[in-house]
Amino acid sequence: MDFIAQLPVLPVVLPFVAAPLCLLLPAGRAPWVWATLVAWATFALSLILLEQVWINGTISYAMGGWSAPMGIAYRIDLTNGMVLALISFVAAVVFPYAGPSVRDEIAHKQTPAFYTALLLCFAGLIGVTITGDAFNVFVFLEISSLSTYVLVAMGAGRDRRALTAAFNYLVMGTIGATFFVIGLGLLYMATGTLNMIDLHERLVGQDNRVVKAAFAFIVTGLGLKLAMLPLHLWLPPAYSYAPSSITAFLAATATKVAVYIMLRFLYTVFGFDFPFLSVALDFFLILGVAGMFVASLAAMFQDDIKMMLAYSSVAQIGYMLLGISLGTVDGVAAGLLHLVNHAFMKAALFMAVGCVVLRLGSHQLSAFQGLAKRMPWTAWGMVIAAMSLAGIPGTAGFISKFALLQASFDKGGLTPTIAGFLIVLSSLLAVVYLMRVVRVMLQPLPESGPFTKPVVRPPLLMRVSLWVMVLANIYFGLQGGGLIALTRRAASILMGVDAGGAM
Amino acid sequence: MLGLFSPEEAMIYALAAPLLGMLGIMLADKAPNVREGITLITAGVTFYLVLIVFNSVAQGARPEVPLFEMMPGLSLSFKLEPLGALFSLIASGLWIVNSLYSIGYMRGTNEKHQTRFYMCFALAIVAALGIAWSANLITFFLFYEALTLSTFLLVTHKGDEKAMRGGNIYLGILMGTSIALLLPAIVLTYVLTGGGDFTEGGILAGSLDEHSWVVMGLLALYMFGIGKAALMPIHSWLPNAMVAPTPVSAFLHAVAVVKAGVFGVMKVALYIFGTDFLSQSGANIAFIWIAALSILLASAIAMAQDNLKARLAYSTVSQLAYISLGAMLANSMGVMGGSMQIAMHALGKMTLFMCAGAIYVAHHKTLVSEMSGLGRKMPITFGLFFIGALSIIGLPPMGGMWPKFFLMVGAADAGQLAIIFVLALSSVLNVIYLLSIPIKAFYMAPDNHHGLAEIEPPPWRWSDREEAPFLCLLPPLLTAVGTIALFFLVGDLYKFLSPLIGGA
Repeated sequence: MDFIAQLPVLPVVLPFVAAPLCLLLPAGRAPWVWATLVAWATFALSLILLEQVWINGTISYAMGGWSAPMGIAYRIDLTNGMVLALISFVAAVVFPYAGPSVRDEIAHKQTPAFYTALLLCFAGLIGVTITGDAFNVFVFLEISSLSTYVLVAMGAGRDRRALTAAFNYLVMGTIGATFFVIGLGLLYMATGTLNMIDLHERLVGQDNRVVKAAFAFIVTGLGLKLAMLPLHLWLPPAYSYAPSSITAFLAATATKVAVYIMLRFLYTVFGFDFPFLSVALDFFLILGVAGMFVASLAAMFQDDIKMMLAYSSVAQIGYMLLGISLGTVDGVAAGLLHLVNHAFMKAALFMAVGCVVLRLGSHQLSAFQGLAKRMPWTAWGMVIAAMSLAGIPGTAGFISKFALLQASFDKGGLTPTIAGFLIVLSSLLAVVYLMRVVRVMLQPLPESGPFTKPVVRPPLLMRVSLWVMVLANIYFGLQGGGLIALTRRAASILMGVDAGGAM
Repeated sequence: MLGLFSPEEAMIYALAAPLLGMLGIMLADKAPNVREGITLITAGVTFYLVLIVFNSVAQGARPEVPLFEMMPGLSLSFKLEPLGALFSLIASGLWIVNSLYSIGYMRGTNEKHQTRFYMCFALAIVAALGIAWSANLITFFLFYEALTLSTFLLVTHKGDEKAMRGGNIYLGILMGTSIALLLPAIVLTYVLTGGGDFTEGGILAGSLDEHSWVVMGLLALYMFGIGKAALMPIHSWLPNAMVAPTPVSAFLHAVAVVKAGVFGVMKVALYIFGTDFLSQSGANIAFIWIAALSILLASAIAMAQDNLKARLAYSTVSQLAYISLGAMLANSMGVMGGSMQIAMHALGKMTLFMCAGAIYVAHHKTLVSEMSGLGRKMPITFGLFFIGALSIIGLPPMGGMWPKFFLMVGAADAGQLAIIFVLALSSVLNVIYLLSIPIKAFYMAPDNHHGLAEIEPPPWRWSDREEAPFLCLLPPLLTAVGTIALFFLVGDLYKFLSPLIGGA
């Protein structure tokens, strides 16, 4: 067996095989070390894979030697190669962080189950990303979702509300999945295939109610999964009550993968010649802009910092949708860029909050008072990540905001120009809600109330992981060129598939 | 002496020196004398390095230092031209003066968190130098935001409710305008021209029809987006920033921050639009009048202020509009007048602020109405205040006269004769609200707020003095001497700045 030949399937096989093994390990540190090693190995694999794709172009892999459209095909181009690298990078940074954080939040005997669920979730997300088969997407999406429900519910050790949050998420997520699978069924009815490339070829010229209904079901189902306004209601409680490391991991990966798969269906499966696409893009523009403002406004009034950041995530997904809705290579590239950069900033922010939760037992705003004195590394890491989220120059967030603005102005016309100004206006709202936290952190330590006791510093491992993420924000803020080139090429390949089909 | 480093090296070191100094200040937290020593040494070293850079620019060099490539076509890089060299020289030179003054003031008033104060100051200097030397819009924007953030902690230094409210307005307006207006303007420029490098003659000329409404819109985005220029109605952050300790008001809100704003306006007018393009488009006319209104309105408001620092702040708003006016006149004399005003106003207004601080340190008085008769106790302070005021008004032999002179010539060249009248009227208003202060202090009885002294006061003796500490007096003395010196050095300054207007 040639290693390189089997490479495309390894990032998904490795965590999948590792997950059940993890359940057999003794409770304690062992499952954590195991999961961390798997995440690192997967990250290494996905980097090699990304390099291969960058050099040699798109890689296809037929599962079990059954070639598409009969068998399940894995198809890795630059877009999902990049998302794959992103997910496994986040995992490689968050899993080490999880160790000390989880020890405090999850019962000792539950640790093997916890890390098994985490690995399954990880494997599911990777599967969704690299598969080239539409039904396979559904399968992996459910694997990752089911394990996510479990992981969110495990936050119940600290706050019982995690159970209702997980249940809400379960109901909403399942509705989304059902919509998605109904859409797939309709597509299968219309075309007789489930392979994405094959689907696209057979969909060309089809403009009937079945396909339109399939499109609507799929977009709505995925819209639920990626927390597009107004289908976002499951997200804030789920993020808020999940264990800290899970929030950091999910915020940086789960919605991102959903955004990616939405892109894949819009541009690879349906494609530009699909007459309904422009209607959907208009919807995305409206919903994206609405999300930017509604969710940012909601975030301004949250006293729970995790809740605030969760609403901010909904708003940031609005930015990505806006980029996608422009329907230009620049727009999609900017959306992808923001997808990556937002993962960096949100992971960093939620990891910083996790450090506070570990030491002070709360993620309310009042727990952050005087944090700059009490936990300087955590506080300043959080400040930098917040600056990135607000789009201050020198950070990754600025680059993606700049690219989004540039894409909307470049498109020309009144609507994109107005959308550009709305982007900057809504990022002002972000400045407002982030400043609120930063100001509290810079205040002197509280003299009364529950948070007066001195605390020990968070474990070194957590601080190091946090700062790896923070430095990623700075690095991609100063040397964004490579990433921009990557997203631009990825976007043109993603959209070029359709151009080729049309011509 | 100045050949030790090449200008490129000097630029890098000048940016690094305050950062290193900041580290030293942090480590010397517990030893105030060492800490202040480090501040002064850092300021001296930075000034020396800036002097090297300035000298090379005077000899015609245009050193460039590229740092990072943030995006294709968007880099973080520095490139010098005379205006930026002048601004950096003023900022770093006055930092020394101000550091001396800070020591006197901060110790005299027993302020808390002095280490944080000096650290933020060092950071603000790096940001100001970065702005001065930026080679393109994106570098300018980066340091512009850094300056806002680093000075926020200085504005809210006292930490009480009032300081926090002032700080919120400060940050809200400066950051709000920069993100909501300046950033779109920069991106639009980037989309239109494919870059944002400051280039002689401007970059918009070839890529935009000069009569298009886009020119007007873009100019408006820049003029109001650069909130630090305090063009009305984006001025209210400046009076609110006066809650800061006086050295901050003196240095940042008379020199570094506000000058960074008008410097940006000048740069955009010269190197993005280009004066020819700007004057042909006609978009500048509206802003000439907004600046003129700003000059008069702010002066009028200043007259009604009893709080001395608030009065000086509104005076600053008015004086800054002179520079915006010069940029918008878009001809050589206007540009020259506006650029000179950057230097002249810095010295004059800083003198006034430092005198105001000295009055507060010695007698804890902030209201003009309380200052009757105070001149007997603080003759030196009010004498220096008088000199500073004369320079702001624009009377010889003070440097402040020249910008007004050039601006009037520029207005005549641009065919805006009414502007000459506006400038003259503004000087009259300046006389009223500035000179009334030393007059009150010298000629009125202490407890009588209205009339002249009714009883002949006892003859004045040298021992009547109750001046502020020496370190609160020396710095305004230096700047006051500077305003007089600049009156005579204007020929050299003109020669140095002449490349801006196409001269050799």
